[in-house]
Amino acid sequence: MSDELILEIVTPEKMAFTGSVEEVTIPGTEGEFGVLRGHEAFLTSVDIGELNFTKDGKKTYYAINTGFAEVTAEKVTVLIETAERSDGIDKDRAQRAKEKAESSLAQMAKENSEYERINLALIRAVTRIRVAEK
Amino acid sequence: MASLKDIKRKVGAVQKTKQITRAMNMVAASKFKAAQSRMENFRPYAGKFMDVLNSLALRVDTMSHPLLAVRDPKKIRVICMTSDRGLCGGFNTNLIKSTERFMRDKIKEGKDVALINVGRKGRDFFRKKANVITQRIDVFGKFDMTLAVSIADDVINPFIDEEYDELYLIYNQFVNVAVQRPTVVRLFPLPSIGQNVDVESENRQDYEYEPSDEVLLQKLLPMYVHVLVFRALLETSAGENGARMASMDNATRNCEELISSLTLKMNKARQAAITAELMDIVGGTEALSKG
Repeated sequence: MSDELILEIVTPEKMAFTGSVEEVTIPGTEGEFGVLRGHEAFLTSVDIGELNFTKDGKKTYYAINTGFAEVTAEKVTVLIETAERSDGIDKDRAQRAKEKAESSLAQMAKENSEYERINLALIRAVTRIRVAEK
Repeated sequence: MASLKDIKRKVGAVQKTKQITRAMNMVAASKFKAAQSRMENFRPYAGKFMDVLNSLALRVDTMSHPLLAVRDPKKIRVICMTSDRGLCGGFNTNLIKSTERFMRDKIKEGKDVALINVGRKGRDFFRKKANVITQRIDVFGKFDMTLAVSIADDVINPFIDEEYDELYLIYNQFVNVAVQRPTVVRLFPLPSIGQNVDVESENRQDYEYEPSDEVLLQKLLPMYVHVLVFRALLETSAGENGARMASMDNATRNCEELISSLTLKMNKARQAAITAELMDIVGGTEALSKG
């Protein structure tokens, strides 16, 4: 029991996950990082990407949106705007979103104010596809 | 006096109306339940978010962020958040009235006021009456955090670029099923944060911040706007359905009253017809026997 870490994934819609895990990997804005029990307390922002944790030796993957993570020695709280578990992702939809974003990016100047937003949509779609394939 | 047939037809019509209002009441009730549970699910996120934001705000000079910049408010924007659909009592009317009043007061003060509509009902009302910049309609059927994010995205950059100086959000605060209170919240400049949190400051954990606390705060403030907008969306959706539930309940009851008074009328008319017929028969037989 002593090496267990409480993980909470909180989104505006629901508690996406809460329970004890062995290890969790979080896509921080300063790079991906792993947390084990006893980690130094810190707070960081989280980027669009793939979050995974190991529970009973099994890995679970989530595609997540921006937010932040609060890490203490016994507990990790991840607050993100969306979280989708790998088996709940609609891969076709993500694929379509990806193609749509790619085609509109292709005709768009980088200076366009929309560029950044569509680019983010593209990153989200790609992440979702990647996570769905795990 | 209306004929028996007319009254009968009327009763039938009211009966059908009653069926509809009752069905709408039940639909609203189930939607209300869903909306309410979403509000409850949102609470841990909002609570945790505020904890972190407040503890961060205590350590950083919050005045430096552009979203907190206080300027002389010449240009004002107002987000008016109504529902998409009607038949929910005074829910939208009250809100639109307070929005109108608020905007009129600001215009009287010589400010330049522009409007952002969320929800069809507000759009329909203000279409020709106010300077509307953006509108989002038909959004409440199914919405999630991305809606709040896109509403916030529309307003964050123009504020930072000083295209306008103040932003207000007007929405129906959800008090309970029967009561929704039109509320005005100032979004920009964001009201100062982290001022009433000294109570817990003793046992607050000291973190390492990565990236630095200033950078982190800059990331959190837009998310704070998302949280505020999303909460307003949730309360609007719960309030709308609560209000519809109440008004449809009233309508159903009114229908029942109408039906019972019409039935009484109908019975009276029928009785009168029978009596008249009897009189005829009696008069006829009497005339025959005399003859």
